[in-house]
This record gives sequence, C-alpha cells and structure tokens, in this order.
Amino acid sequence: MSEPLLQAVNLQCERDDRMLFRDLSFSILPGTLTRVEGPNGSGKTTLLRILAGLNDAWSGDLLWSGQPRSHQREEFVRNMLYIGHRPGIKPLLTPMENLRALMAGRKVVSDNLLGQALTGTGLAGFEDVPCRRLSAGQQRRVALARLLIADEPLWILDEVFTAIDIDGVAALETLLVQRARDGGAIVVTTHHDLQLPSMQRITLGAGDDF
Amino acid sequence: MTSDTRAGWRPVTESVGSVRAMKALFLRDLKTAFRQRQDLLNPLLFFIMVVTLFPLGVSPEVSFLQQAGSGILWVAALLSVLLSLDHLFRHDYDDGTLEQLVLQPQPLFLLVLAKVAAHWVLTGLPLVLLAPILGIMVHLDGNSIGVLCLTLLIGTPVLSLIGAIGAALTLGLRSAGVLLSLLIIPLYIPVLIFGTGTVAAAGEGAPVSGYVALMGAFLVLAVTLAPFASAAALRISLSNA
Repeated sequence: MSEPLLQAVNLQCERDDRMLFRDLSFSILPGTLTRVEGPNGSGKTTLLRILAGLNDAWSGDLLWSGQPRSHQREEFVRNMLYIGHRPGIKPLLTPMENLRALMAGRKVVSDNLLGQALTGTGLAGFEDVPCRRLSAGQQRRVALARLLIADEPLWILDEVFTAIDIDGVAALETLLVQRARDGGAIVVTTHHDLQLPSMQRITLGAGDDF
Repeated sequence: MTSDTRAGWRPVTESVGSVRAMKALFLRDLKTAFRQRQDLLNPLLFFIMVVTLFPLGVSPEVSFLQQAGSGILWVAALLSVLLSLDHLFRHDYDDGTLEQLVLQPQPLFLLVLAKVAAHWVLTGLPLVLLAPILGIMVHLDGNSIGVLCLTLLIGTPVLSLIGAIGAALTLGLRSAGVLLSLLIIPLYIPVLIFGTGTVAAAGEGAPVSGYVALMGAFLVLAVTLAPFASAAALRISLSNA
C-alpha cells in the first residue's frame, strides 16, 4: 500500500526497573486504525506517550515518513494530534475558550467552526458554561471536539472512550472509521470493546513474561 | 484510490506563527488568572503584610526604616514572587494543557517566554506598582522610591524568568515547595544584592547608572537563556510523568 507514517523499530522501554516492552516493531499506515491492548500497567499509555514524543525514556528507532523522527520534530508535531488521559481542558475556561486555546497554536479557525464542532460533540448550549461545571464526560467531549476540525494525519488517542455515554461512543466509533477510510491514521488505547474492520492490534504483555 | 478518499492524509505544512501563538497563550493565561482572583491576590497581600509588619516587629524609628526600607521591600517582593512560582506550570500540568503546549509546532522556549510574561504581568508588575506606596510608609525619600521602583521593574522579570526554571524542574514532584526554594534562592541572591545596592547608592547620592546597567545585563541574560532552560526542564518533567 502506501508509505508508513510512523514506524517503530525495536522499541524498548523500561520503567521503575521493569521492562515494559522490548523488540517492539510496527508500522502505522495511513488509513488504518491501530489499537494498543494489554492489561493495566502493561505500558499502553507509556507507549502512546513515546509515540507522541512526550516520553524520552526509550531506545530503538522511531521513523516519521521514513526519516528519524528526532530530526524533524516540528514536522512531526504539526502532523500529529494527541489527546491524553488528562484531556487538556482548563476548568476555569468555557468549552469555547478551551477549544480556541487548543487550536490557537495549530491553525486559524473561525469561532463559527469552533461552535459547530462543539455542537457536533453534543455540547450545544454549553458553549459559555465554565468547564468545571460540566460533567467528566462533557469535559472529554470538549477535547474530542478537536477531532471534528483536525487536519493532522496521525491521531494518538489515549483512553478515548472514557466517561463517554453510549451514544457518544457510537458517534466516536463512526468518526474514527470514517477518518481511517479517508486515509487518516489512528492509534488508540481503550478498554472499551472496539470492533472495527481492518484493525491492527499491538498487544503488550503484563511485563513479567520477559 | 481517488484523491478525495485520501483526504485524511494530507500533510500539514504550515501552522500558526510563533508570535500569534505566544499572544494567544499570554491572553489565555491572563483570562484564567482573572477567573481565580484569589491566586492573584495572595502574593500581593503577602508583600503588603511583610512590609507592614516590619515596623511593628522591629522598630518604627524613621532612621532605621530609611536605612532598611529598600531591603525590606526587596526581600518581601522576592519572597512573594517565590510564593507564586509553583502555580506557573502546576495547573497546566495537572489538567494536561502542558502536554498540548509541548506538542505545539512553535518553539517551546517562545511559549515558555509567553507564559513567564503573563506570570510577571500578574505578580511582578503589581508589586512594582505597589512599591511606591509602601516606600512612603517606610520613609524612603522621593529619589530612593523612584530608584527602588526602577530596580523592581528590572528585577522582578528576572525573578520570574529564573523561577520558571525551578518551577519546571520540580513539576513532577508532589511537594515541590521546599525544593523549589532551595534551588532558586541562591540564584536570586545576586539580583537582591544589586537591587538593594542600587537603592542604597541612590540614598547616599551616589550615581546609580552602573548598578542599573548591571541589573539590565541580568535581565538580558535571563530573557535569552532562562526560557531555553525552562523548556528543557519541562520536557524532562513531562517525560517522567
């Protein structure tokens, strides 16, 4: 098919004297959904943070479109969207202000489009309520609203379904499938039973089989 | 595959300029701070309280206050900046906005500079503006008050910039307060010495331009070097999270 976006070669990560994974190699191709699986504490979040470039405590090689990622950091972060455990929502700001702040460093988006994204995630009517007064699920929806206006070809989403209700999960699944069909690459971790066509799985052990 | 089915994989080749991103971050920090005014008032109240308690606790003699006044104000300002430092990155770290900041395409040191600028506007600048009133209270003469404000105007940004390095380094720690002080106070001492030295020289009628130039040099050094160190420290702290 096409060139891999991100390629991991012999990744190895040790944390607190415990080998999380070793000799881990995989490719993230455009148009694919990759699910990182494993029990609690197996290093899923750590792997995602390594892929996103937030964690530097690893060895091996990470290639971004065929070249070492460390040589093209700016290219990489511009083309990668990461939503972590902590969704990056300021409790004191409103959903609108939060979304505007999150997009501010990436691309110029009109308030109209931001409003549409919030409506699209079911936050219509909550645009001007401080986020600390919203529920956990609604706060996550603010962060997920970014996905509706994102250009980045690679999405890295940690525990993306957490605190989202059934309808929201269905909508999000549809969005992810559609995105992969459009050629975007997505890496997720989730405990939610995600059943999507043509999904790549990366399974991490409990750490003690080494 | 036709071109429109591949819409999701179109590399993003341009993003928002650094200045624009810095401005957005600066304004966001001001906005969040003004929604939590208590955090803003704390360092200011501390500053006022320390300066007012000195005459009560030590001596209300005019001669003593004239001599010690500039030192009292400087120490109080230094400590209240120190008090506010822990908030600089802590909230962003807790809610995950710091991760998003590090992953922005703009150079991190510029974004850090924008954050420190917001911190100074919210803590350092109010101290400078309050200093004349407190200066009158400790019987400093007009000339000394002017020089004191000038040194605080140059000195408090240095305190914020140096403090940002410590705040970034101690981010991952649960109780960072003590370690932060231990790390940062030795670096604050030169600023304190020259800050009070300038006012003392002014009080004796000696020329202060040399002192002020030296403090200006501190500021230039801090502006050019501290953001790089803070940015590196932030990456380390996040990497260990």
